[in-house]
Amino acid sequence: MSVTSQDVRSWIERYAAVVAENREYLTRLDQAIGDGDHGTNMNRGMQAAVGKIEGLDDADPGSLLKTVGMALISTVGGAGGPLYGTLFLQMGTVVTGKAEIAPDDWAAALEAAVKGVQARGKAEPGDKTMIDALIPARDAFSGALGEGASLDDALRRSADAAEAGMEQTTPLVARKGRASYLGERSAGHQDPGATSSYLLLRAAADSLGGPAGSQ
Amino acid sequence: MKKLINKTDDVVRESLEGIAAAHPDLVRVSYEPYYIVRADAPKQGKVGIVSGGGSGHEPMHGGFVGMGMLDAACPGEVFTSPTPDQMLEATKAVNGGAGVLHIVKNYTGDVMNFEMAAELARGEGAEVEAVVIDDDVAVQDSLYTAGRRGVGTTVLAEKICGAAAEEGQSLQQVAELCRKVNANGRSMGMALTSCIVPAAGTPTFELGDDEMEIGIGIHGEPGRERRKLAPAADIVETLTVAVVEDIPFEQGDQVLAFVNGMGGTPLIELYIVYNELRKLLDGRGITIARNLIGPYITSLEMAGTSITLLRLDDELTRLWDAPVKTPALRWGA
Repeated sequence: MSVTSQDVRSWIERYAAVVAENREYLTRLDQAIGDGDHGTNMNRGMQAAVGKIEGLDDADPGSLLKTVGMALISTVGGAGGPLYGTLFLQMGTVVTGKAEIAPDDWAAALEAAVKGVQARGKAEPGDKTMIDALIPARDAFSGALGEGASLDDALRRSADAAEAGMEQTTPLVARKGRASYLGERSAGHQDPGATSSYLLLRAAADSLGGPAGSQ
Repeated sequence: MKKLINKTDDVVRESLEGIAAAHPDLVRVSYEPYYIVRADAPKQGKVGIVSGGGSGHEPMHGGFVGMGMLDAACPGEVFTSPTPDQMLEATKAVNGGAGVLHIVKNYTGDVMNFEMAAELARGEGAEVEAVVIDDDVAVQDSLYTAGRRGVGTTVLAEKICGAAAEEGQSLQQVAELCRKVNANGRSMGMALTSCIVPAAGTPTFELGDDEMEIGIGIHGEPGRERRKLAPAADIVETLTVAVVEDIPFEQGDQVLAFVNGMGGTPLIELYIVYNELRKLLDGRGITIARNLIGPYITSLEMAGTSITLLRLDDELTRLWDAPVKTPALRWGA
């Protein structure tokens, strides 16, 4: 089983819907340790992304992902725009020209996404950023494939790892982004970027594989 | 939330329309994507200067577009960095063949978006230099933070670099000058009240009636500590000592003293702040050679102030005094 253009569309649309539902939740998390705009910004970006891919009927998965990345870069602003934009651009670049994304390609795409986000944002694990959700998700996905898991199963384990990574940001002291200005006071709050990254990977598990994907 | 707005989604656009309507002799406004540009851009043979950042800090940056200061400013959503496509288009619009300087405040989003824009602009053949301003002494531990924030010195750098570009200095010279201003400028701010981002609708942080936040950032990010409210003399001493001892400023130094209002503090209080600052600097043998007092880098309706000191030499003083004609700063022209 692999990921088709239609699957990518479902993923993006599902993530846009999840971000819209969680707009206030993300903003509340960001108000605690940032500047209170993460939900608003991501919602504006994902609505724009959904609009951009609507017209691209014959696009392959790589083109769709790159279109989403460019839409986010030009509409989100803040740190989220370049970071999520880079994530999608890198994933799209890895699968350029492929009609479908095989599980190994997805692993490579996640790898490139993490590398790109780290190059742009210069965050390390434990800095209390989206990297703390993305790296466990990448590792869990590759690990699951290595154990012979199905795409569905690997995506679910990847989302579960992202969720655990997100939860583990709560006690951390932020070292990147605006939350870092709080110092010790940033501890005790879940990171909004790790949260939106977890939601992205959960949306992938729900729309690309498993029973939810066939709905 | 009580604000003089129509719809939260329209705040930035309608404010830009107001600027365009008010100052057609000085600036033009692009809406797709958003940027404010000098009415006579591009100036052939002159280095273009572009800045930008989230909206909500007016008059910075759009109010500083005009002769002797910025060539273009890119406004983001309120407190949100603008996007690379805005910066790219603004860069192209002001490039008169002598290259373009990006003046960037050290905030994670601003830095990343300007980096992407500079990469894109260089890819299209433009010569681009970027200087990041990081003058906020409230952020102490740079190893474990995103580094010092860019605040009040940004306004001074935009004025001084704008004058140098107007004189015909090269891109390398203007960039070097900008780094010099950043190296000699230090700031620290404080808040008496929070601010409300229109799209959020609720205060960014809670502050008790008898509390203040020392070392506040311009988006309401907390600084060094929360304290009980104190008289102006004590507050100014706290800010001034932190600023003076950072570089440090020393006896015999000539400085530009910039007392900034955060948006909700009236000028009568800013002059009280200036008076206290003057006494403190007098006591340390530091001479205020130039001053700037008023709300120039604001944080929506936040009440509070920031103090910026810039160590002057003959070159910086001359460029500060040079003519400027923008919506928010004008003299000699």
